[in-house]
Amino acid sequence: MVKKEKGISFNLISRQKLNNLSSSEKLKYILKEVKKGRILVLEHGLTPTEQTSLIENTMKEIDHDTFIGIEMEGYEEEKASFFQRVFGIIRKPRMTVIGPAHLLKTVHKDNDRIETTIIPGRGVD
Amino acid sequence: MGIIRRFRQGRFSRIIQKIFGKKHAKIGIYGPPNVGKTTLANRILREWTGDIMGSVSDIPHETRRAKWKTNIKIDNGGSSLTMDLVDTPGISTKIDYKEFMNTYGLNKEESRVRAKEATEGVIEAIRWLEDIDGVVLVMDSTKDPFTQVNVTIIGNLEARDLPVLIAANKIDADEASPATLKSAFPQHPVVPISALTGYNTEDLYNNMVKHFRKKRHKKRG
Repeated sequence: MVKKEKGISFNLISRQKLNNLSSSEKLKYILKEVKKGRILVLEHGLTPTEQTSLIENTMKEIDHDTFIGIEMEGYEEEKASFFQRVFGIIRKPRMTVIGPAHLLKTVHKDNDRIETTIIPGRGVD
Repeated sequence: MGIIRRFRQGRFSRIIQKIFGKKHAKIGIYGPPNVGKTTLANRILREWTGDIMGSVSDIPHETRRAKWKTNIKIDNGGSSLTMDLVDTPGISTKIDYKEFMNTYGLNKEESRVRAKEATEGVIEAIRWLEDIDGVVLVMDSTKDPFTQVNVTIIGNLEARDLPVLIAANKIDADEASPATLKSAFPQHPVVPISALTGYNTEDLYNNMVKHFRKKRHKKRG
């Protein structure tokens, strides 16, 4: 039997994976993974409406002994130019990192850089 | 009542409002916990109605239910805005009851109840977004403005095409840096204020009248 190493799981989620899910499926998937103790980096982040729904869903899931919420950092959607709007091209939200709040802490964020730290010792069960 | 007066208060007034913008709006005070939302709501109410909105505390999530007052009229000398003001619970992505115990000395039971109510408050604040015409987003000018809560609220309001006015609060503190807030969110008006001392609130009221009276087509999220 191979002993499963207990560590922090860091998953990079491709744009294709997320594009194949509806908003509600996406949020369900993210919250399920984060509750398992996984840190996700989404190639394409969530829209502001999805982010708000994720916060709302997170609040419903908080269980004060095992899940205290999420840490989420990303950037605003890029603004579509006049011509992009005319031709119906929608800019996608940019990369976002999401993890359980007891494991992931944001140290610094500015226009160009998101710096996080991972609190060791409590990985995926 | 004179014909002209009746006319001004009736259909004519509504047509004028449609052309020139709102005179009555439902304004939400939003932001992360402990940035001074209720202190600001109290300041606005005290100055324009003599009333207050709610209690304030150094412990985060003091406001755990949305509170509102209706028909508050503010004016800037030239024009006025009558608003229903909603003071919302602080929006957060995480709530840890142990923080209330370890940092603020609450006992375990109090902390757990406060945390539970705080999660419900966040949900309530988010739901109010559906029902407002504009937002005063309160930020702590002594802290990093690029928090996800700030970015999420602003993105959400932009998606709905709702006007947002940023109140860079706690300007009375030595470490305040309203310039950082202005450079972080250049697309929205930023007004440095101290809700505690009342510093520059005149400027905030002027901006509220100007900004929230604008004609907009509200989108639903």
